[in-house]
Amino acid sequence: MSPEVVLPILIPLLAGALTLAFWRSQRYQRWITLLAAFALLAAGLWLLDSTRQHGYVVMQMGNWPAPFGISIVADLLSAIMIVLTGIIGLAIAIYSMVVTPDQHERFGYYPLMHLLLAGVSGSFLSGDIFNLFVWFEVMLLASFALLTLGGERAQMEGAIKYVTLNLFSSAIFLSAIGLLYGMVGTLNMADIGYKLSQVEHTGMINVVALMFMISFGIKAAAFPLFFWLPASYHTPLIAVSALFAGLLTKVGVYAMYRVFTLMFTGDVSYTHDILLWAATLTMLTGVLGAAAQFEFRRILSFHIISQIGYMLLGLALYTPLAIIGGVFYIMHHIIVKTNLFLVSGVVYRLLGSYELKKLGGVYKHRPGLALLFLVPALSLAGLPPLSGFFAKFIIIRAGIETEAWVVTAVALLVGLLTLYSMIKIWAEVFWKAVPEGTDTTALTGKRKDSQMWIMLLPLVGLTLCTLYIGLNGQPIFELASDAADQLMNPAGYIEAVLGVLP
Amino acid sequence: METLMAYVVGILFASAIYMMLRRSIVKLVIGLIILSNAANLLIFAAAGMTRGAPPLIPEGALSPLGPVADPLPQALILTAIVIAFGVLAFAVVLIHRAYEVVGNDDLDQMKDTDT
Repeated sequence: MSPEVVLPILIPLLAGALTLAFWRSQRYQRWITLLAAFALLAAGLWLLDSTRQHGYVVMQMGNWPAPFGISIVADLLSAIMIVLTGIIGLAIAIYSMVVTPDQHERFGYYPLMHLLLAGVSGSFLSGDIFNLFVWFEVMLLASFALLTLGGERAQMEGAIKYVTLNLFSSAIFLSAIGLLYGMVGTLNMADIGYKLSQVEHTGMINVVALMFMISFGIKAAAFPLFFWLPASYHTPLIAVSALFAGLLTKVGVYAMYRVFTLMFTGDVSYTHDILLWAATLTMLTGVLGAAAQFEFRRILSFHIISQIGYMLLGLALYTPLAIIGGVFYIMHHIIVKTNLFLVSGVVYRLLGSYELKKLGGVYKHRPGLALLFLVPALSLAGLPPLSGFFAKFIIIRAGIETEAWVVTAVALLVGLLTLYSMIKIWAEVFWKAVPEGTDTTALTGKRKDSQMWIMLLPLVGLTLCTLYIGLNGQPIFELASDAADQLMNPAGYIEAVLGVLP
Repeated sequence: METLMAYVVGILFASAIYMMLRRSIVKLVIGLIILSNAANLLIFAAAGMTRGAPPLIPEGALSPLGPVADPLPQALILTAIVIAFGVLAFAVVLIHRAYEVVGNDDLDQMKDTDT
């Protein structure tokens, strides 16, 4: 028995049920949310510790032996993702205490948030491909409701695109599962991986692999399937935006990593080549889209897309170093991106807008906040010695080693253009003078905001995480290296789930 | 039987895509409904169809005698139907609300967030 592997699913589910039970009392809901967020992070750390000791932690649901029952499996990558989910969940929980309007809280904001976290954790831990689909749907349904909470026009328009494309991707995912089941007769991911490694690689397997790639590509917002993301991520409440930005697309990336290292490795030169070009174009279109935007959250949304490209690039190059880089990148990106969204929320609270031309003067009045922006922003662009530098460095080095010159050049160029976007935000929001006609009473401190420090708490925490990854990179690199080692040797995963094979 | 189902699934997918490409949001949701049904039928067909052989193990035996129908795809489809029902119920409410807020059922009018 290893309870730590199901706790990250059970804690948010239980918290969701409890917050529903206390529907009328927002105070209790908040306390439950805070407690559950701490508990999720603790459970994640426990799971990480356990996977570091044992390599894999497996639990068979209902004690049905694999491949007949549903397996819950944690390897190092899963555990890392769970810890990151815990960190982001905690940051958002604290931040939500201040920014969530009463109206949203009364319409089930906290229960939905917990359900979303349960769906995300379930996706990271599931060892069964159909179960993964179910967790995806749990996560999606919670995200639909969170996205539309408030019911403004922009939210409705964004939600229609978001819902349609995500349901489309789910249908493709489901069809791919059906076809795969027809071919190998099993749903357990380890068993699928084992069976596919035993048979001749045919065109049909490649077709199914590409169906998975399209489905996860939509969820991860990869080129050319990303259009739902910039259309919707800037519309909901800022805490919801930040939560989505940190976690949701990364679930798609995680699924891609899982499926294309464990199951579809028979014809790498075909599948991973397509992925390589998709990743390259994702980086490029994302960053160019961001260059054309002048709204704080939309710029950041487009940057999510370009960063997804780097993560997929790590998978597509498919060398040990590249996978290390990809895992490292995911760790760095989730923290940094959430942090940037949270900064945009603080600026909105100070100046009441997300439009760059209506903002300004933050550096003069709030130098501390400017610093809290600068660290994640420069890290996103990849300036040493921050976390993004090492993440990019590893991936680009892996690109040079495999002599993928064009891709490497694009990756370097995109880093530069990211810096351009960040400098644009810096110049517009922090550096230039406050535009005339803007209400500056909150910015200059004439109107006291007694809850501001609670909002800044998660910002400081996430910035410290970024600095830690950057300045103390060695243990993080070793962690990513161990995780990549497991991903590159799927035999260990298969053996941990199915037992020793003949 | 499988061949017939293959054609049915193909036609369903085609009509679903056609409906989703229309401009009206009502037709968009109809397209989504057909799409989820097409996926369910695809699972049913891809996993193989065996007629009139329930997967029952006779008393005393450890495995069924002769070929039997695979019960798992049906369980999968049942789960998928339930999920699709929930999600599509949400989608119907969403388009109703969107129609109220935007005052139009034309997708081309919903471009405020794109500029």
